[in-house]
Amino acid sequence: MKQKTLFIAAATVLLLGFVGATLVYKSEKVDQTAQKADRNGNVLVRMHSPTLGNADAPVVIVEFLDPACETCRVFYPLVKKMLAENPDRIRLVLRYAPFHNGSDKVVAVLEAARKQGKFWPALEALLAAQADWAPNHTAQVALVWKHLEGLGLNLEQMRADMTAPEIANVIAQDLADARTLNVTKTPEFFVNRIPLPSFGYEPLKKLVDNALKAAR
Amino acid sequence: MKAHSETTAWTLLFGAWLIASVSTLGALFFGEVMQLPPCVLCWYQRICMFPLVLILPVGLFPLDGKVIRYALPLAAIGWLFAVFHLLLIAGVIPESIKPCTQGVPCSEKVIEWFGFVTIPLLSVVAFSTIIALLILAHLRSSK
Repeated sequence: MKQKTLFIAAATVLLLGFVGATLVYKSEKVDQTAQKADRNGNVLVRMHSPTLGNADAPVVIVEFLDPACETCRVFYPLVKKMLAENPDRIRLVLRYAPFHNGSDKVVAVLEAARKQGKFWPALEALLAAQADWAPNHTAQVALVWKHLEGLGLNLEQMRADMTAPEIANVIAQDLADARTLNVTKTPEFFVNRIPLPSFGYEPLKKLVDNALKAAR
Repeated sequence: MKAHSETTAWTLLFGAWLIASVSTLGALFFGEVMQLPPCVLCWYQRICMFPLVLILPVGLFPLDGKVIRYALPLAAIGWLFAVFHLLLIAGVIPESIKPCTQGVPCSEKVIEWFGFVTIPLLSVVAFSTIIALLILAHLRSSK
């Protein structure tokens, strides 16, 4: 009987210790990221990034996105919905975090589409067709082109534009900033420089709602 | 006299379970909380460590000395992987026979406390202690 009590007590202590250490570690990490984002405001938002929404919006969502990331695809319409529900009050800044193999090439395609003023339609088309051009978590740039037909893009021009060194620089800069900000998974969100306390749609929604309230 | 040695054997097995549990939770903390991706060799050591957390209590309630027979092979193989990993990190084993080529290189030191405590060292210490406790428990219970 005494042995059973000892065993259960030990198991409980170990589990509580694990949960406690996890909570402490997570809260410290969020603090560190918040401090970093605060200290390096220019690391969070660069002039070169594509943005959506009012430039003077009181709430700025910075999203680190990988076009080949499935969770990014799931989150994209949710974030757009937030923008649509709060017209002129939220701005979305997109940063690239092409962590999947081959994904940087797809980002280059998107940047080439941006030169023709069709970044967002191209992004939406590629996210919708993601399963087709990124099988087994590997982005294959050769497979993206057919999904861009019908958007009125000059694909020949894009093939030439996507190798431009300034596009490579943008990707390298975004990846370097992601590293500075401890962004290791996508999507990662910062709402008015505050990182998500824990990952998920609900925490994001709460953070955005609080920021909207504070800005009122 | 028999009851006494049985209690000792129980305590030794319980100690082995404690170490296996701490190691398992530690590995999960490194992997799931700190998000350090485990390399291939770490996975093999995990495969040997994690089952001990479940097997040993089965032999504790009620005390069954046979559990030592079931746990020892896991601990021994885990120990071999841990020693190999430690030698790899120390540079004793040359690069060419490194078994992992993709993903996280096993020779990378992701943690170094006090200048010498690495994850493979913790693993070797844990497996060695578990093996020692299991053998002691075996000697006690067979008396």
